[in-house]
Amino acid sequence: MDKVIIAKNLSLSYKEFETIISKATFSIDAGSFVFITGASGSGKSTLLKSLYGAIEPKQGQLTVGGVKMNRISTSKLNFLRRHIGIVFQDYKLIKEWTIEKNVMLPLIISGYTSDVSGTQVQKLLGHVKLIHQAGKYPLELSGGEQQRVAMARALAHNPILILADEPTGNLDEYSSSVIWSLLEGANSQLKTTVVVVTHHIPETLSVPYKHFHIDAGNINEIA
Amino acid sequence: MKSLKNHISLIIALFTVLASVQIYVAVDRTIAAYETRLKDDYSVIVVANKAFTAEEFKSMSSMIERSEPISTAQVLDRLKGEMSQKNLDLLRLTLPKFYRIYLNRYPSPKEINNLQHLLQRNPSVERVEGFAQTHDTIYKLMLLFKNVVQVFSIAIAAVTSMLILKEMRLWQFQHAERMSIMALFGAPVWLRSAVLFRLAIVDAIIATIILSFSFFLIDYYGFLIAQLKAIGISVQLFDFVNDAIRSLVIALGISITLTFMIVIFPNEEK
Repeated sequence: MDKVIIAKNLSLSYKEFETIISKATFSIDAGSFVFITGASGSGKSTLLKSLYGAIEPKQGQLTVGGVKMNRISTSKLNFLRRHIGIVFQDYKLIKEWTIEKNVMLPLIISGYTSDVSGTQVQKLLGHVKLIHQAGKYPLELSGGEQQRVAMARALAHNPILILADEPTGNLDEYSSSVIWSLLEGANSQLKTTVVVVTHHIPETLSVPYKHFHIDAGNINEIA
Repeated sequence: MKSLKNHISLIIALFTVLASVQIYVAVDRTIAAYETRLKDDYSVIVVANKAFTAEEFKSMSSMIERSEPISTAQVLDRLKGEMSQKNLDLLRLTLPKFYRIYLNRYPSPKEINNLQHLLQRNPSVERVEGFAQTHDTIYKLMLLFKNVVQVFSIAIAAVTSMLILKEMRLWQFQHAERMSIMALFGAPVWLRSAVLFRLAIVDAIIATIILSFSFFLIDYYGFLIAQLKAIGISVQLFDFVNDAIRSLVIALGISITLTFMIVIFPNEEK
């Protein structure tokens, strides 16, 4: 099976001398659903950031989607990010843009025509039950609704990989269930690889998944 | 309100640069008009011991536009009562030829000296009078004013460009969140910075419109033109089409160049 993410002796650090992940070796298969758990401050989000190139490996090698992340050029990083969907705990929506335009962002960046983008956005807003809110601005929505918008944006360009950082951390039960069902749908129907950083793995998940746990800078797969 | 304030800051800065350039252009145009008037009135007097044709004079210097002989008949007529006809005939034969030479532009004092030397090189030319000492004081003052305005414009452009740069850094800071989110989804630098370019272009257009309208009013109501007419200068201070286009090119040039500088040297994280 193809590997979407390959890490060999990967070390990550924020500052020069403060190593957060130490010599981790792991791989993630294409089309798999992966959870990364760990205590607060264990380095879950740091690892996720390294997967979309916000942090460069301090040591070792990291390959995402066939692209080497060590000393990656800006153009290569942009290319990779155009094939990744990211969901953040704090949503990261552009507050000056309408919901519709926010969801359209990855399609604008990838150069889709407005016809194609418009159809895709309408479909996704339907999936996240926000079609009636399309013309509103993010700050007019609740936290749960904003995260559903962020989820629709992450799926808009049919990415090969979805990275989600505590996607349901601040959400009510209904919004959480919508998010999980969308992630499951993307994984099972579109064979999109999903990597979720979370404190709690939902019990109702219907797809098979892998579980990595970070402890004291080490990444261990839990059977 | 904050956004409007930012727009106004850039528009005023751009307007200042455009106004200083336009003032320089207007001064230059005024001096050119005054030069034309002076040129029409100005001539060099040549005294020669043989007759010259207009072509002969023209071949001596490219500055010479035309020449005309000065008739001596009036002087001789005045002497008719005081001298015998025989002496008058003798005088007519020995009297040198006088010419008035007109130039194709108003010369600088240095050009007058050069022309005098050039004409005097011809052995048949006895004397040349360039009236260099009567060179116009107003003209010299205008040249001084033009130089001062030029230096002033360059200084304003430099200082204002730095202000615009600071203003754009502020814009970049205001739009940093949006730009960083776009970066997370792989937007290239030009797309992330499109908002800055759009703001810069819009403000450049607004500054040009305000400048054009202001100078159009100055030209239309004519209080400055009336003052210039009083010293014999007739000039159009603002050419609506050409000056507006030039101002727009300058405003767009400055704002787009400075935006490029902000984009090329950003303070951003990956």
